[in-house]
Amino acid sequence: MATTTLALLVAPRSQPGGDSLLEPAPGRRGDAAFRGLALLAGLVVLAVLALIAVATTGEAWPAIQEEGLSFLTSDAWVPSEGRYGALALVYGTLLSSLVALVLAVPVSVGIALFANEAAPRRLRRPVVYVMDLLAAIPSVVYGFWGLVVLAPAAQPVYGSISGAVDGVPVLGWILAGDSGRSFMTAGVILAVMVTPIITSLSREVIATVPRAQREAAYAMGATRWEVIRAAVLPWSRGGIVGAVMLGLGRAMGETIAVALVIGSSAQITSHLFEPGDSMAAVVVNQFGESTGTHRAALIGLGVVLFVVTIVVNVSARALVRHLDRRSQGA
Amino acid sequence: MPDLSLCAESDRLLFEATTSRSRRTKDTLASMWMLGALAVAVVPLTLVIGYVVLKGAQAISWSWFTEDLPAVTRRAGGGMGPAVVGTLLVTFGATVLAVPLGILGAVYLHEYGRADRLAKLVRVMADVMTGVPSIVMGLFVYTVFTLRFGLMGLGGSLALACLMLPIVIRSTEEMLRLVPDELRQASYALGGRQWRTIVTVVLPAAFGGILSGVMLAIARAAGETAPLVFTIGAARSLNLGLFDGPTTALSVQIFQNAQQPFPAAQQRGWGAALTLVALVFAFTILSRVVSARVARRHHA
Repeated sequence: MATTTLALLVAPRSQPGGDSLLEPAPGRRGDAAFRGLALLAGLVVLAVLALIAVATTGEAWPAIQEEGLSFLTSDAWVPSEGRYGALALVYGTLLSSLVALVLAVPVSVGIALFANEAAPRRLRRPVVYVMDLLAAIPSVVYGFWGLVVLAPAAQPVYGSISGAVDGVPVLGWILAGDSGRSFMTAGVILAVMVTPIITSLSREVIATVPRAQREAAYAMGATRWEVIRAAVLPWSRGGIVGAVMLGLGRAMGETIAVALVIGSSAQITSHLFEPGDSMAAVVVNQFGESTGTHRAALIGLGVVLFVVTIVVNVSARALVRHLDRRSQGA
Repeated sequence: MPDLSLCAESDRLLFEATTSRSRRTKDTLASMWMLGALAVAVVPLTLVIGYVVLKGAQAISWSWFTEDLPAVTRRAGGGMGPAVVGTLLVTFGATVLAVPLGILGAVYLHEYGRADRLAKLVRVMADVMTGVPSIVMGLFVYTVFTLRFGLMGLGGSLALACLMLPIVIRSTEEMLRLVPDELRQASYALGGRQWRTIVTVVLPAAFGGILSGVMLAIARAAGETAPLVFTIGAARSLNLGLFDGPTTALSVQIFQNAQQPFPAAQQRGWGAALTLVALVFAFTILSRVVSARVARRHHA
């Protein structure tokens, strides 16, 4: 502050309208320079995103050119024969993320409602801490744990489940197989990883529900559950859907944990307890030993992943805006 | 506060007298769902942390931090020193790159751009960038940097900086929003130029919040693996430079050792996991402490 006071004594005052006449040139230049610097820093974001799109597509071009549309429509990913069809990998990415959401959404929304609506005040902070810690554990640690502890422990469980529902129409069709490293294990690990994200975003939305709405419902004699159903959920529905979609984006891009537990065998199957492979997992598992077109095809998978996650993110935000306007605007 | 419990007791009686059984059942079921959800989330947390601490602690000793990685992963012995140093150096490099840029970007968004079209675009794109998978950042840095200059710590720093930048921008902008306009006006009234006002008044006022966001971004970056696999290589001995040749990191070591069936490698993986988790938790908790202190000051 001392320098400011000094400047006050030395520099002539600026006055409305007469600013440019009275202020010494260096001050003016400093302002323009700082503004330009800040603007440049902001533009870096746009530049990096554009550069990601251009550079990775350029590097993947040989593979895209060679494979054409079958890069996306063929399910044969056989590097030794020079065939790069990513369909089974796209399928693996989508299926493992879907399993993760089915498991994580009820848990996340439940925790968010608990922390904001039901928990006694002194319990709320610890709940947030638990979520923070879950979010802070690096994905490679989850993957390592999933590979060494969860997968071997889950294998007999999968076996007995698939044995029990064998022959049942829909369940027997989905819950089949008995591999520890599988779509299901990847889904479980991903669920643990996206739960804190969906929870904290949902909590933020639920916190914006106006007090008056809640109090009005309580005043009419509603139970806590009825308040949640009538006042809290309708108001925050848009935000919660957005939170879930951001969680989906995160799950689809997750690499290391999935690479360790999904089983690394690309196939399209409805059996959740069988091994599969995902785009990100293939990239990280095969990159080191790849050359030429193979490497270009792996970078091409990165491009697909980039496009898909951007679409999911942008539509999540658009959806939130749309639903918000409908439920709150009125 | 005895009054309160009395109050709660009469509340409960009133609740039971005026609410039908089915409504009460539904309410109880909802409470069980919410509590159950919390329990379900706590289970993996305790299991993962439990395993990491119990198994990891056996690997850690003084030589763990001082010795180079062993040449043969199958055998016991050697340390994790190069990976610890690598993680710290690469993350430090990323922080140096991303934090000034991120803070300046946030200054542009909140102090200059505000609601104009370009600022809105940058804001949306920063959000989009937060969602770009870390492996894509790794591939990006591989194509524009590693292909030309080779494997080195700086490549990893660049990839991590790409991940940190949008986080720093958005969290800093939130903190700038909390700085009351009166402070800016007071500075203007004293004849302060806008840039001086920002540097000497606005940024210091938001310092705690910005620091908290930065530390959260560091915690997130330090745990990343995918961006490093393609960019920093795999060194076995200590590399104190970011610019010369391959290095290694804790996350990469966990990933590599996880894929090896040998007990010695698994042991090393758990040790590296414990070291990394401790590092990341330290930054996360520091960030919480700082932001709690800031919040208290705002309420006071």
